[in-house]
Amino acid sequence: MTDFFDSPANKSSLHTGMEARERLRARYRAEWMFKALGLGAIGVSVGFLLFLFTTIFMQGWPAFTHNFVALPLELNAQTLGDEGVISEESLSGADYDAIVRTAIREQFPEVSGRTAKRTLSGLISPGAPVLLREALLADPERRNAPNAITLPLSDFADLYLKGQISRSTYRTGEGELAIEVSETGVLISGADLAAGLESSGADGKISLSREMPSLLLYAGGGVFKLETLEGNLATARILSPLDAGETTKALDWQVRLIEVPEANRKFSDREIVWTDKLVERQLVQAKFNTLFFTRGASREPEMAGILGAVVGTALTLVVTLGLSFPLGVAAAVYLEEFAPRNRLTALVEVNINNLAAVPSIVFGLLGLAVFLTFFGMPRSAPLVGGMVLALMTLPTIIIASRAALRAVPPSIREAALGIGASKMQVVVHHVLPLAMPGILTGTIIGMAQALGETAPLLMIGMVAFVVDIPGGFTDPATVLPVQIFMWADFPEPAFQQRTSAAIMVLLAFLVVMNALAVVLRKQFERRW
Amino acid sequence: MPKTPSPHIVQSYEDELAELVRLISEMGGMVELAIVNSTMALVRVDHELARQVAGDDKKVDDLQRLIDEKAVSMIARRQPMAADLRRIVASIHVATDLERIGDMAKNISRRTLRMSDKRMAAQLYSGVKHMSEMVLGQINKALDTVTSNDVEACARIVKADDEVDALYMSLFREFLTYMMEDPRNITDCTHLLFCAKNLERAGDHATNIAEAAYYVQTGGNLPADLEAGLIELS
Amino acid sequence: MLDQIKLETTNPGATSTALLPGTMTPANPKITARNVSVFYEQKQALFDVDLDVMPNEVLSLIGPSGCGKSSLLRCFNRMNDTIDVCRVTGNITLDGQDIYDRSIDVVELRARVGMVFQKPNPFPKSIFENVAYGPRIHGMTKDRDELEELVVSSLKRAGLFDEVADRLQDSGTSLSGGQQQRLCIARAIATRPEILLMDEPASALDPIATSIIEELIDELRQNYAIVIVTHSMQQAARVSQKTAFFHMGKLIEKGETEQIFTNPVDAKTQDYITGRIG
Repeated sequence: MTDFFDSPANKSSLHTGMEARERLRARYRAEWMFKALGLGAIGVSVGFLLFLFTTIFMQGWPAFTHNFVALPLELNAQTLGDEGVISEESLSGADYDAIVRTAIREQFPEVSGRTAKRTLSGLISPGAPVLLREALLADPERRNAPNAITLPLSDFADLYLKGQISRSTYRTGEGELAIEVSETGVLISGADLAAGLESSGADGKISLSREMPSLLLYAGGGVFKLETLEGNLATARILSPLDAGETTKALDWQVRLIEVPEANRKFSDREIVWTDKLVERQLVQAKFNTLFFTRGASREPEMAGILGAVVGTALTLVVTLGLSFPLGVAAAVYLEEFAPRNRLTALVEVNINNLAAVPSIVFGLLGLAVFLTFFGMPRSAPLVGGMVLALMTLPTIIIASRAALRAVPPSIREAALGIGASKMQVVVHHVLPLAMPGILTGTIIGMAQALGETAPLLMIGMVAFVVDIPGGFTDPATVLPVQIFMWADFPEPAFQQRTSAAIMVLLAFLVVMNALAVVLRKQFERRW
Repeated sequence: MPKTPSPHIVQSYEDELAELVRLISEMGGMVELAIVNSTMALVRVDHELARQVAGDDKKVDDLQRLIDEKAVSMIARRQPMAADLRRIVASIHVATDLERIGDMAKNISRRTLRMSDKRMAAQLYSGVKHMSEMVLGQINKALDTVTSNDVEACARIVKADDEVDALYMSLFREFLTYMMEDPRNITDCTHLLFCAKNLERAGDHATNIAEAAYYVQTGGNLPADLEAGLIELS
Repeated sequence: MLDQIKLETTNPGATSTALLPGTMTPANPKITARNVSVFYEQKQALFDVDLDVMPNEVLSLIGPSGCGKSSLLRCFNRMNDTIDVCRVTGNITLDGQDIYDRSIDVVELRARVGMVFQKPNPFPKSIFENVAYGPRIHGMTKDRDELEELVVSSLKRAGLFDEVADRLQDSGTSLSGGQQQRLCIARAIATRPEILLMDEPASALDPIATSIIEELIDELRQNYAIVIVTHSMQQAARVSQKTAFFHMGKLIEKGETEQIFTNPVDAKTQDYITGRIG
């Protein structure tokens, strides 16, 4: 050893020579690589996260607004009253369906035929009469200002107004058009309406079917759907009648191309025209979608809200927290501070750690077998859901709490013991307060896990379609993630938006919970 | 405790202690030489040698200061304990004693210079010379004990001091007789008497050194009984 | 001998300075340890130690790391109880009463035998709460005024009051290391113990803070018996009246501090305190 240190060879150049420089460079290279890898990893995860958030946000954002229509409703003694007298009873029993139907039909007196009328009524949400009834029952005086009551449009009308049904392009025509309305149809002549349209037939005659993009002609105050085109001649169907007479000549005309073929949408050209009319008459207004936050589950997307799921989640989490926090902390304190170190406690420890790794669906099965079947507790109830989730959260809280307790410096325990504090006093006065921030963090992580859990709740029936807002721990309820799961299954595009919107709400809850954890922790830390 | 202690963990501390012992030995050698030379100068009435001895005392003084400084610095820096502390403190004592012995040699030399050139009766000188040899032996043995760890040797030296004292008393009587015989001898005889007294004092210092060595070894003082000559050593 | 008697009456702390090491002292010892052995699982950390702690005296325990001195110290207030694998045999008495006897409550024992640790370990609470904690859990004071008085007097006794008088509500951990250690001493003496155990109380402190603590120990000696474990030979020499040297779990030598540090009997002691390869 002394030889090694005493050898004078290259001593001066040992750390300054070329080789040493090269070694140093290699070290810096390795360091740079390591940093770059780390940054890259962070970049990739941030990228994915941003992508996810952007997608959800883009999809979910429109769901927070909805288009409402303010129709001049007939709210008088005749429609609302029982033999002309308006009472609470008559208000509650009135035929709001008819009121809404009448109001929308009055807007389009030209519409005739059962199918057309039904389609027209379908522009307004089927839930509108319900909302109208609720509004009037809450404040009967509102019937005096019928125009102030706004009713939600149907989901497709709403989607159309948000521009999510199809893109449209407009072409302003030149020259004079002659429009002739006859028994067989509408004959239009005077200009090449097909100009700019790509697919023209071999013989120059174009037949526009439902599988092709729609061409609408706006002229003379009417709207016509073009059916065949041949040079300067065209036949069409009336969607909205002319202002005056049966024939007219129009100088100002527009051709509108709706790219998605009528057959591929659930919103026909006719409905598009009616909706446009409503907008033209300034009856439609986009408003913040309060329904989404104030209503329970529904088959109608515009009527579906998350309140039921949020309340269910809150009730479930209250049960979970109430069970798992005291149990978990007590178990952790006992295991960490009081339990003797022997085989039994070692076994318990191993099992707690294993429990944390058990798939959550297994807890659902346990809940089903024990709570529902054996104890006969109610199905779909937040109480049972909370108990199952508490079982699942317990190991997380115990492990986190034990880590927090172990992190309390032994010197504090010794100090308290040295003064003559009993074991209990040491734990309650010193160890637990010091470990509290860590325990709270663990608890909130556990709660967040529980908040996002779906699988075990499916097993105990919380996946049921529950319309009512749960009012207690034993009422049937569902929770946010299950609601999201169910909505994601529904075919209506408006439900896809609501799914994303609900995910945003769930994420907001998580952020709030984490913020709460941070605030609580700061609070505790400041005090100590 | 005649056991050789194990070395210190800190090597430089060990070296410093060894250096201190070496300095004591060196100083002892110088002092011994001074006693030898001063006696020789006295007996031979060699003023040149006497002056040299008186001059050399400066070196002894310097060495004593050096030992003091080293000892103080070791106390300050090493915080010596137990045997080390005793050794360092004893070094200061021994150095002081050696310096005093050096002073005695210087005193003898100074008196030599002050005495008349005329030689006195040989038997007077032989008494002083005998005493000088005896004291020298004491100093020599005392210095040995400083390095050797021989506790019994210390006691023997202390005991042997009685012989030096006895010799001084007999010399005293001899000088007294001589002075009474011829009052003209009084001056020189007194000088010689003082020289003898100086040697006797040097012997006392040798005892002190032995006592210091005993303290280093045992941490205690020589039993008072032994010092008073009340008990015999085996 | 006459001087000695006079000394005894004027300075109670020096009762036994004139007595030879190892002999029984006439005053009643505060703590006696007889045949004390400590085991950690199968490993024996302390072998048949006999030791007395006299009132109004500082006893320092010295020895290399792992020699068992801390183990012995922790036997005196049964802090070893908190270690599952630790087993103590032999007999330790406090005022003649066996402290490992069933009739002795460990909480009461620790109130009587205060302890100060190596690392200053104030509770992360206010200075006031730190000192008030002991009296509070033992229910020593009747009302707030009495408690405040006790806290103030303890802080004064620990020589800390003047420095913290205007910030008693500040956190104990905001103090400097030396102040924290004095706070710990104030906390320990607030329960009015009879004995103070100190486990290297100044090992983490600068020389000034160390001196303040040492001065404090010397003052506290008037009212307490103090046992101090230290790694600093100089500190042991400075503060204690008696010193006991441990090596490999055995008590090698005990005696007057003066004697141990100038003229130890045992070669092992000599080697240790002079820094030799033993």
